[in-house]
Amino acid sequence: MKEKNGLRLARRLALGPYGLWAMLFILVPLLFVAYYAFTDNDFAFTTDNIARFFTATSVSDGVVTHTYLLIFWRSLKLAVISTVICLLMGYPIAYILSRSPLRTQKILITLIMIPMWMNFLIRTYAWMTILQDTGILNSFLRLLSLRPVHIIGTEGAVVIGMVYDYFPYMILPIYSVMAKMDVRLEEAARDLGCNSFGVLRRVIFPLSLPGVISGVTMVLIPSISTFYISQKLGNGKFYLIGDAIEGQYVANNLHFAAAIAFILMVILLIGMALMQRYANSRAAA
Amino acid sequence: MRKIIELKNVSKAFDGQTVLDNVSLDIYDNEFLTLLGPSGCGKTTTLRIIAGFESPDSGSLSFLGEDILSLPPHRRNVNTVFQRYALFPHLNVFENIAFPLREKKVPQDEIRGKVDEMLRLVALTGFEKRSVTSLSGGQQQRVAIARALISRPKVLLLDEPLAALDLKLRKDMQQELKNIQKATGITFVFVTHDQEEALSMSDTVVVMSEGRIQQIGTPIDIYNEPRNAFVADFIGESNILSGIMLQDRLVRFSGRDFPCVDEGFARNEPVDVVIRPEDVVIVPKGQLRGTVTSVTFLGVHYEIIVDIGGFKWMIQTTGFADVGDEIGIYVDPENIHIMKKSEYSGLFGDYSSFSNEFDELSDAESEAEP
Repeated sequence: MKEKNGLRLARRLALGPYGLWAMLFILVPLLFVAYYAFTDNDFAFTTDNIARFFTATSVSDGVVTHTYLLIFWRSLKLAVISTVICLLMGYPIAYILSRSPLRTQKILITLIMIPMWMNFLIRTYAWMTILQDTGILNSFLRLLSLRPVHIIGTEGAVVIGMVYDYFPYMILPIYSVMAKMDVRLEEAARDLGCNSFGVLRRVIFPLSLPGVISGVTMVLIPSISTFYISQKLGNGKFYLIGDAIEGQYVANNLHFAAAIAFILMVILLIGMALMQRYANSRAAA
Repeated sequence: MRKIIELKNVSKAFDGQTVLDNVSLDIYDNEFLTLLGPSGCGKTTTLRIIAGFESPDSGSLSFLGEDILSLPPHRRNVNTVFQRYALFPHLNVFENIAFPLREKKVPQDEIRGKVDEMLRLVALTGFEKRSVTSLSGGQQQRVAIARALISRPKVLLLDEPLAALDLKLRKDMQQELKNIQKATGITFVFVTHDQEEALSMSDTVVVMSEGRIQQIGTPIDIYNEPRNAFVADFIGESNILSGIMLQDRLVRFSGRDFPCVDEGFARNEPVDVVIRPEDVVIVPKGQLRGTVTSVTFLGVHYEIIVDIGGFKWMIQTTGFADVGDEIGIYVDPENIHIMKKSEYSGLFGDYSSFSNEFDELSDAESEAEP
């Protein structure tokens, strides 16, 4: 009994540093965000900042004017497109990876992770030089006597940037679930009458769902709130919700910036809760 | 009897390592056939070739006279019970058993009826809603059998299905599997490294070693008339001595002539002589004499090792002899079995290095085989 208490104390002590960290740098800032979102410049309670997000008909960011709801919709749209592309590309790769010889797995995982070691800004600038009208891609196309393409400054360029940046976050969780999956289950499914698609639909996919959910979460959430990619690869034409927060912050409208951040957070939390519920219901079925 | 499966001259190598070497085997309707051998003998590979998970490098496989090597597993009329069951962890007991029927889009009412029937067959009625991960090993085993039988395959393949169960449960399941096979009339192809299991359950035993079939026969044939030293040693305990067949019904070994019942060997042909430990009788004078070097009490009988002219015999007897005693032994002519010399001659059947511990160690190793 005494030893058990000692263990419990040790466990608590071990959790201490992280608890403190979480308090100071996660919980307290979150409370500040909420506090700023619901106060005006004199720190008096107000819901004006929240209301402004939904009602403000337009903002001027120097290039185009648009409502915040439109900005949010666009962020959501590009983030969902990027996430879907990451999932469609990442899922088969994760599967093939998990069924490769161990050595191959290690090498490929390293290759997938290498871009993550490079700075995010540098990666984005690299894509600028590739995608520009006079960039590497178009020079290459001209070399092959093909028609150059105009990509920079389109939504497509923003999506390419997001997919590139967040792709590893999709593959890794799916891969780790699949690597633990028993290969005999696939054989059993084939033995019991499934063709390859049946094995995927009835065994591999349901069992990999936890990995898919965490991959989707890890790509969707950062890409919905990203700001730099759209400025550089979209030539600033695709003002995203992250850009809006940054813009308000730079313009010293801290309270409104906090309100946008707060709303985004609430929407994401609801989205994640729904997704978790879907996963749980699938698991129970 | 109708021939269901025919393997002809099947060979298979993994990374240059021969696993099956020219194996030919006929499997008949309604029989319980066991592939028996130590780990690495090729029994599981044979099963996986029949199921369609491996394809042989050469040779043919036919099912009711039709070549099925090009058919993928899901188009073959055979089902498999996997070693560690391979139940689907995301599905409950009902859905695991119904899995093949759902793939065939069988109507719900019919599925219900068939699953109920299977649950009755494996004595799991009432477990429909249970998660398969909450079941005991024995129960998981039954679900795996029900799932594999529900489509009424012509042949059921079982890959060491009892290896993970404890002894008591294993005995019960052996009986139950035998009953299920009789009740359904489905051909069972059973893989095991446990010779007792093979003898007690099978109609036909196929003994394999190093990718080759050593002997095919009924359990009684295999035990009483082993074809070479490997089979004699692997099935039960055997004293295997090198001898010379002087003429029909007379063999010489251990420096003495013994009357026996075997015929048809060449005059003075070198042979292997098999004598089962339970067939050796301790007598005051005897045909041969030796000194007891070890005695182990095993409940039903004693296991006595006796040194006769440098060769150590194993004797199983209910009588007692003490270490150091000099005893005489007698073997009835009926119990002297003569085999032709083979590549396995001289490798088995001497208990000089005998130890129960070794036996258990090697058993544990083969069970760890994936």
